[in-house]
Amino acid sequence: MTSSILPHATGVPDHGPTLPKQVGLGLKTQHIQQILNEKTDIGFFEVHAENYMVAGGPFHHYLTQIRQRYALSIHGVGLSIGSEQAIDENHLNRLAELLDRYQPQAFSEHLAWSSHDENFYNDLLPIPYDQATLARVCEHIDRIQERLQRRMLLETPSTYVEFCQSSMSETDFISTVIKRTGCGLLLDVNNVYVSCVNHHWDAQQYIDELPLEAVGEIHLAGFAEDHDSLGERLLIDAHGTPIDNAVWTLYGDVLARTGALPTLIERDNDIPSLAVLLAEAQQAQGLLAQHSLVPEHA
Amino acid sequence: MNAKTRTVSAASLALALGAAVALSSAAVTTAHAADNEKCFGISLKGKNDCAAGAGTTCAGTSTTDYQANAWKYVPAGTCEKTESATSPTGFGQLTEYKPKA
Amino acid sequence: MTMGYQHELSNALLKVQHPCPGQLKTWNGSASDSRFAVYRNNVISSLINALADNFPVTLQLVGDEFFRAMASVFVREFPPQSPVLACYGASFARFMEVFPPAQGLPYLADVARLEFARIQAYHSADVATLGPEHLAQALADPAALEQMRLTLHPSLAVLNSPHAIVSLWAAHQGHVDIARVNPNTPEHGLILRNRMEVEVLQISTAAALFLGALMDSHPLAEAAEYAIACEPEFDLTPLLAHLIQTGAITRYSLSNSAA
Repeated sequence: MTSSILPHATGVPDHGPTLPKQVGLGLKTQHIQQILNEKTDIGFFEVHAENYMVAGGPFHHYLTQIRQRYALSIHGVGLSIGSEQAIDENHLNRLAELLDRYQPQAFSEHLAWSSHDENFYNDLLPIPYDQATLARVCEHIDRIQERLQRRMLLETPSTYVEFCQSSMSETDFISTVIKRTGCGLLLDVNNVYVSCVNHHWDAQQYIDELPLEAVGEIHLAGFAEDHDSLGERLLIDAHGTPIDNAVWTLYGDVLARTGALPTLIERDNDIPSLAVLLAEAQQAQGLLAQHSLVPEHA
Repeated sequence: MNAKTRTVSAASLALALGAAVALSSAAVTTAHAADNEKCFGISLKGKNDCAAGAGTTCAGTSTTDYQANAWKYVPAGTCEKTESATSPTGFGQLTEYKPKA
Repeated sequence: MTMGYQHELSNALLKVQHPCPGQLKTWNGSASDSRFAVYRNNVISSLINALADNFPVTLQLVGDEFFRAMASVFVREFPPQSPVLACYGASFARFMEVFPPAQGLPYLADVARLEFARIQAYHSADVATLGPEHLAQALADPAALEQMRLTLHPSLAVLNSPHAIVSLWAAHQGHVDIARVNPNTPEHGLILRNRMEVEVLQISTAAALFLGALMDSHPLAEAAEYAIACEPEFDLTPLLAHLIQTGAITRYSLSNSAA
């Protein structure tokens, strides 16, 4: 893979810089001082873009220090790529400024919507998988990659309901978006597992149907467990617990096919000590090491 | 305000500023500094997340339907401990709100 | 038929009585509304949590149950207009002011204003500040001081309240016994980010007038006059020293035309 500094002026951006094929952690403010003091050994950190869309102060002060020492992934949670309305150009400008400032090795966003009219709902809301939505999502990703002048990674969603109007599978939809826009894939293995349980899909088949050569990053997290009105398991993408065994297994299956990939451990609720997260990272690092000898895809 | 009507002269400003500069240069803490409350540090949490809260199938459906006159909450925190909360006429007096309709 | 489904879902997310959208399905025929409730609850509770994080003293004053109930009304009436939640809740204090169940605590809104000013100060722009060595240069020509104007740090805010907002806030930091705080005492608060720390300081009425005048671009001399008119014993020196020490002064000008 070449990694030119600037993508082509027009058309599909080059892949650009990439994250190291190691384990990273979501950066939590309560851990930053310890990370800087102890020089924590970790492959990269990931932050939510919107948290850093503020003028100045401690957030930027400390992220600058982190960035000087570590590779960085910026993960957007508010661009609303699945919106029926056009991408918010003001938000895109804020994002461009942030990426310019921190020069992250990866930028990713969700296959979801979170804004409508003037309101922001602070959740990753589901979209139907039909031709009209496909066209709109591709149009939005084209615009984002053009404005940011870089390839973005699109994250596989976790969902709780399906739409009657969907005319293709989620994996069909995602594969087509990747083919048409040239964006990469952020394979959230927990999301795959959550959605497959929630919709009674086959997780192995789901993975099989994705263009794994496009994966630029993997997410791992824990889910919460609930039940639907018929008492069937309903999994919630809560990021508040350790990674489930079933997700570890699925992760191993993916790595067996792809070789080592940058892998993020996400924890956003009930955040434990850094040591607890590092232990989980160690477990993932062990799996990466097992698969680091698998030939990489071209 | 016209400069001619100034009651604060340039000379008195020079004195005040000069003394303030001298105080600051000596890095002497001011009398107020003891009242300072430093806070946050770097521990303020980011508000944007991509995770659902755990157990969310019931958390928000227990609605607080304000419009339907079903409001049943009264402030019941540290406000009850303020000085005037114990005085019958004080501002901290708690009164339960009852909808008019 | 795709256009417009987000409108229907949006309504169902915020409005309690709004039915679950009809175009949803589940693999096993289980009720789609109970699954849709995951989204509804996550929207509402995540926004309530954002407010709880931004207004921790307000929360403690009224208690968790009341705060969350009040916040859920606010969130539904005034959902965020931006994906950047760092400063969500700018109008929460104004909402409390007219929210009938909170009327028994007339100081609540101003305490919330103080908390929000701290959030704004925390995230405000980084601007280089003037140290004593810079300001000493202004002393070279004392006559010019009469036109001197100071620019204050963007994080700096002054809050004037008929209530004891600083004491109430400080009582929740463990510095004041809340039983000794009479909320019905006027107080002025100075909020400022000193490097990476946000500081809250109780100041006199005269000092508040002085700072307010400086923020309105009045010359230093004029600002001092306002303060002295309010409080003849007003001593400028300790306040200026404090401003210098905390990095509150970012620029000065000595020319007439600076305003």
